[in-house]
Amino acid sequence: MGDFDFSIIATNWRFLAEGLRYTVQVTLTAMVGGILLGTLLALMRLASLWPLQWLAAAYINFFRSVPLVQVILAVYLILPLLLQFLTGRLIPIGADNSAYFTFTIFEAAYYAEIIRSGIQSVPRGQVAAGYALGFTYSQTMRLVVLPQAFRNMLPVLLTQTIVLFQDVSLVYAIGATDFFGAADKITQRDLRPVEMYTTVAVVYFVLCFALSRLVKYLQSRIAIIR
Amino acid sequence: MIAINNVSKWYGDFQVLTDCTTRVAKGEVVVVCGPSGSGKSTLIKCVNALEPFQKGSVVVNGIAVEDTKTNLPRLRAQVGMVFQHFELFPHMTITQNLTVAQMKVLGRGKEEALDKGLKLLDRVGLKSQADKFPGQLSGGQQQRVAIARALAMDPICMLFDEPTSALDPEMINEVLDVMVQLAREGMTMMCVTHEMGFARKVAHRVIFMDQGAIVEDATKDDFFGKPRSERAQSFLAKILQH
Ligand SMILES: Nc1ncnc2c1ncn2[C@@H]1O[C@H](COP(=O)(O)OP(=O)(O)OP(=O)(O)O)[C@@H](O)[C@H]1O
Ligand SMILES: [Mg+2]
Repeated sequence: MGDFDFSIIATNWRFLAEGLRYTVQVTLTAMVGGILLGTLLALMRLASLWPLQWLAAAYINFFRSVPLVQVILAVYLILPLLLQFLTGRLIPIGADNSAYFTFTIFEAAYYAEIIRSGIQSVPRGQVAAGYALGFTYSQTMRLVVLPQAFRNMLPVLLTQTIVLFQDVSLVYAIGATDFFGAADKITQRDLRPVEMYTTVAVVYFVLCFALSRLVKYLQSRIAIIR
Repeated sequence: MIAINNVSKWYGDFQVLTDCTTRVAKGEVVVVCGPSGSGKSTLIKCVNALEPFQKGSVVVNGIAVEDTKTNLPRLRAQVGMVFQHFELFPHMTITQNLTVAQMKVLGRGKEEALDKGLKLLDRVGLKSQADKFPGQLSGGQQQRVAIARALAMDPICMLFDEPTSALDPEMINEVLDVMVQLAREGMTMMCVTHEMGFARKVAHRVIFMDQGAIVEDATKDDFFGKPRSERAQSFLAKILQH
């Protein structure tokens, strides 16, 4: 110890920045895709038709019961086979692209539960008022229930996204180069683990902390006046 | 206008409505009263199919609401409803509350919807509140906005479910005044309320419910003059004390 050499960061910053960009991209894709799919799952879970309920519950419980790393690996291995089976052609997707898909379908299960409780937090009278004005089911959801539900659950939704941001590092299992993976690869080559991992940890901390402050700020900005 | 024919409803084994039959003619004001849990809200919600029922039929303006072929959103758009807890949309301004359904359901343009909404807001005396959010208004003001919101749809009849029972006493009259005015203009109204002053002033008929059944369905004068059932008598004695 004693001879820290942070020049390793300076010489490799491009590679690290690329990794960070990938991490952010996966996070944003999985957030948007996961919230869309999660909303659909939540609505299915709250539907009056039991097959819909059952299907959504099975999906959610499945993904919440298996480790993420395993899903990342499984999708990476199975997805190309599945696509080949469906299209008859060999389509190389690669680790990077496979992760976009995996995180979207995995996070959807977690978002779905958050969204479901958000929907349930909207008083039933609001739904009745929507219907009474002549709104259809989908109008009642889009105009009355979901806007209120999302305001109520925004903090939890973003907190889940912060967890997602950190979890992207698990793509090292399939060799994709996210922020953490980039640092890992540099370390293996240049053997400066302390400087490298310290820097990575500080960046994660700063970003996540800033995000959680943002959550607090938004919470006060968009709260519904009741 | 509204015909309720032998309607029965169950929640599991529990029968909420027992063979309810009554009629509201065009321009008629009917007050529904009865003890808590007697099924008043349930009955009035059957009229615009907010509550499904297992037996009987409800016909509004010639359309059977229980018919699976009925376009319920379209029917509901013609039936205004005012709730006990106002149910304004808290994430929208008063103006948006007044215009959203006009635009999304009736397909009116923004200008027209705004014009109509603001006129009605003026009518309930709240023009200056147009840009506020519901949470910034008092209960009485919110309920007046809710009435304006329902009227903006040009309803053929109006349903009220205890519109004043969640209000502080000093706000009850501002809401009742709007309702009285509406009744005098000839609006067809079915009102669940215990405001007997309102009933005396504008009701044509009074319905008394107990344990899910319509026990009394009489003209106003008959009802206040000589209620036939003992239960209605004791109920009236109780609420007229205050
Ligand atoms: N979803 C439900 N499941 C089971 N029972 C219900 C349900 N909704 C209402 N009930 C019961 O049905 C009965 C009638 O309810 P309703 O709300 O119509 O009464 P009400 O006359 O409007 O009473 P209040 O004056 O308290 O508003 C009550 O006994 C109530 O407990
Ligand atoms: Mg009630």
